[in-house]
Amino acid sequence: MALWRQLTRGLRALTRRETVNREAMDEVEHYLEQLAADLETRGLTREEARRAARREIGSVTAVAEQVRSHGWEHTIDTLFADIRFGLRQLGRRPAFTATGGLTLALGIGASTAIFSAVNPILFQPLPYPGADRLVMIWDVTQDGARADVTFGTFRELTERSRTFDAMAVMRPWQPTLTASDEAERLDGQRVTADYFDVLGTRPALGRTFQDADDALNGPQVAIISDELWRRRFGGNRGVVGRQILLDGRAFTVIGVMPSRFDNVVNPSATVWTTLKYDTTLPSAQGREWGHHLRLIGRLNHGVGMDEARRELATIAKSPLEQLPRPDWASLRGGFIANALQSEVTRGVRPVLLAVLGAVVLLLVIACVNVTHLLLARGLERRAEFALRAALGASRIRLTRQLVTESLLLALCGGALGLLVARTATDVLVALAPPELPRLSAISVDGTAFLFAFGLATIIGLAVGVLPSRRASRPDLSSRVQLAAVRVTTHHAARRTLVVAEVALALVLATGAGLLLRSLQQLFSVPTGFNAAQTLTMQVQTSGARFATSEPTHRFFDAALDAVRSVPGVSMAGFVNQLPLTGDLDVWGAHFESSPTQRPNEDRSVFRYGISGDYFRAMGIPLRRGRLLDASDVAGNPLSVVISESLARRRLPGKDPIGQRLHIGPDSGPWFTVVGVVSDVTQVSLAAENADAVYVAAAQWRFADRARWLVVRTSQDPAALTAAVRQAVRTVDADQPILRIATMSQRLDASAAERRFGLIAFEAFAIVALLLAAIGIYGVLSGSVTERTREIGIRSALGAGRASILRLVLREGMTLAGFGIGIGMIAALAASTALTSLLFGVSPLDPATHVSVVGLLLAVAAIACGLPAWRAIRVPASIALTSDS
Amino acid sequence: MDTPNTDVIQGTLDMLILKTLSLEPLHGFGIARRVEQISKGVFRVNPGSLLTALTRLERAGWLEAEWRQTANSRRARYYTLTRAGRKQLDAQTANWTRRANAVARILKTEA
Repeated sequence: MALWRQLTRGLRALTRRETVNREAMDEVEHYLEQLAADLETRGLTREEARRAARREIGSVTAVAEQVRSHGWEHTIDTLFADIRFGLRQLGRRPAFTATGGLTLALGIGASTAIFSAVNPILFQPLPYPGADRLVMIWDVTQDGARADVTFGTFRELTERSRTFDAMAVMRPWQPTLTASDEAERLDGQRVTADYFDVLGTRPALGRTFQDADDALNGPQVAIISDELWRRRFGGNRGVVGRQILLDGRAFTVIGVMPSRFDNVVNPSATVWTTLKYDTTLPSAQGREWGHHLRLIGRLNHGVGMDEARRELATIAKSPLEQLPRPDWASLRGGFIANALQSEVTRGVRPVLLAVLGAVVLLLVIACVNVTHLLLARGLERRAEFALRAALGASRIRLTRQLVTESLLLALCGGALGLLVARTATDVLVALAPPELPRLSAISVDGTAFLFAFGLATIIGLAVGVLPSRRASRPDLSSRVQLAAVRVTTHHAARRTLVVAEVALALVLATGAGLLLRSLQQLFSVPTGFNAAQTLTMQVQTSGARFATSEPTHRFFDAALDAVRSVPGVSMAGFVNQLPLTGDLDVWGAHFESSPTQRPNEDRSVFRYGISGDYFRAMGIPLRRGRLLDASDVAGNPLSVVISESLARRRLPGKDPIGQRLHIGPDSGPWFTVVGVVSDVTQVSLAAENADAVYVAAAQWRFADRARWLVVRTSQDPAALTAAVRQAVRTVDADQPILRIATMSQRLDASAAERRFGLIAFEAFAIVALLLAAIGIYGVLSGSVTERTREIGIRSALGAGRASILRLVLREGMTLAGFGIGIGMIAALAASTALTSLLFGVSPLDPATHVSVVGLLLAVAAIACGLPAWRAIRVPASIALTSDS
Repeated sequence: MDTPNTDVIQGTLDMLILKTLSLEPLHGFGIARRVEQISKGVFRVNPGSLLTALTRLERAGWLEAEWRQTANSRRARYYTLTRAGRKQLDAQTANWTRRANAVARILKTEA
């Protein structure tokens, strides 16, 4: 009831302001009249009575105001008034508002976006039930590095381990899906039956794998991702139980994963089938003992990581007689076992942490800038607040006004910041390399936004209320006068801000500079081939006709002849894996003259199976010996061409020509080196390994069923696409031709991601530098401007312009120098932390450090010099009377 | 102190208003007048405080306010005690009496 009254009366006061005001005035006036009348009856004259009544009541308006200021609606009223006034204040200082708003927007937006991207990847638990119990286990090489496990090791662990609830192994699988004429290469995984159980997920449709599916010669079954299901099967629920063609073989779809399933081990996988390895481990030479599997496990409830590691170490040290291990899977080095989360983010962690660090610096710079802006504004308005306090405004009232203004600015900045954060998050996701886990989980993080927004706001509030504290101190009259004289109490705070700002900017700019130089270095890495005028496409063989080597080789040879006869084609060849396509066919290389310790374990060289004029078509230059040619066919001595880096690393000081090596297991035949070619970038520009062996397709142990056709043309390569394709079709129209592109296009695509990354990083660094420069300029120029009057006095007393300029510059540059000193120490520490991210640049790279210091000195000099120059040109008479 | 303090004892204004209005509906000045008269000039009510208190008590539902035409054709705001107001007055009176008696007892005791 009483609440209802409060509400209705308050609303009435808000909506019918005029009436309510009138009523309050009426009531007070009526009181006044009655009082006067009463006094008159006591013998005062009419005039005297009126005067006495007025004296007792005071101002009618003031009393009416007091009466009205009672209800809750009054608080709202004042708030609106404060907001209106605050907006007018902000509007009257567009430069202040724009700088403050944009600074906040960039600081809040950038830090929110980066944290939003980093949080789900590095910090949030993986999106699986009991994700903290998921572990990835590696075999360990002689030099202590992680190595893929063998199926045999996996078998032994599942037999012997008691700390794990379940384990699964997997390997990548890239089948070609053929459906209704359209062939498409998919990313997928071959997994053991327990894979999805270990992750704790199930298909949304159909069933998961069973042990029977994983048996040697078991049925061909596949589970597909939600994305593939919608894209290629129209989201039809009837797909479960249907057959699809993968690499020309029929697979039965048994399940569809839910859309929310995030396959962190291989984020781009869209299809899964079973591994089907022989659990009896028949031969040490079989695939069951190859190091090519990833192993994940789920710990039992209540088992800690340390306990699991201890058990794994014990198992590694104590082989059982009934579970023999070949020498290369002896587990002498033990295991490396870590939480799955830290393993899947191992590659990206340093980059993400560096970016996170940079963005934290950016946020701090933004906060320093805002602090300074508000401090300066407070100084400017000291006279105003002293006046308002003198006119009776309470301290609370003044504080409220300032808080409202600061909040308004923060809200504007925050709203813009949210916009920046959303855009930046989208751009980040678009730019991110596809192998980054948990991309789908990235969205603007509310908590991060609130944190950044809150931090900037709280600082704004704390600094923003300073002027009201000063204004409400006693001795108001002298304040009103003094306010114009700019007492220099703020100088200590200012000096600290300058030093902090310069130091922060230096750290950020140095880090950015080093990373930019790294990217430049990366771009100058030679690819090792000539991309101009080269057309490439993948030709696959499918179906039972190509089950054996003979028809496969025949088909590719015939296709090559057909392509060579196309007008405009000058050179053509086939290769099993093409640089920059993501293909990865790696083998061990075991030289007779410098044997490796565990040859079967070694998978360190790219194996290229070539035919035709592959080297000439790709423009890969010969360094020594000869290229492979028509004499290198089945039945002739086995020849191999190796890359320069392989010759250098494995045959130092020896003539590589004539050396013999095994490719793959020891038991294989010897290949003889006949030539050396230049190194080629296979995976990406940053990957340093270029060790490679080139063998004739006809001399390899099996016939590659999918090969890349490489055509060097005498005219525009893209224009020949149709003719080349047609030529292959005339040989066999049924074989899929995929992934057609010129080599230049591939190079661009591979560099595009980096170039975009470079642009994004450059943008980020420029924004940060800009903020820092604005801040330094603001802080330094503000303190010089404040001294206009002092400068006026000095020049009136006869100081020369040059000496004043020197004085101001010396003071400013001393502060900047302090900042640079502190910043350089911090920058050295920060760049050492960046070492793992740098490429071809030392963290102490003098060019970067010197140019960054120079840049900041220049900014500082301009920031002091400009206002000082302005100040000395102001006539002394004006400077002395100025209040700005 | 040279001039005797005529301020209403803090916290008692509401009670004085309610008590005054329990006799008959009055306007603001009437209430002030009545308090002064009955207290024989010991208490003088500040108009600002009084009018603010009236608004507050009306909001609380203890008073009912209505505009009436006065003899000289001006509008005056008359306040009437409500049932809730009467209850409140009883409660406050009881409370005050209890406390005033306690104070009086303390003051009477010999040191």
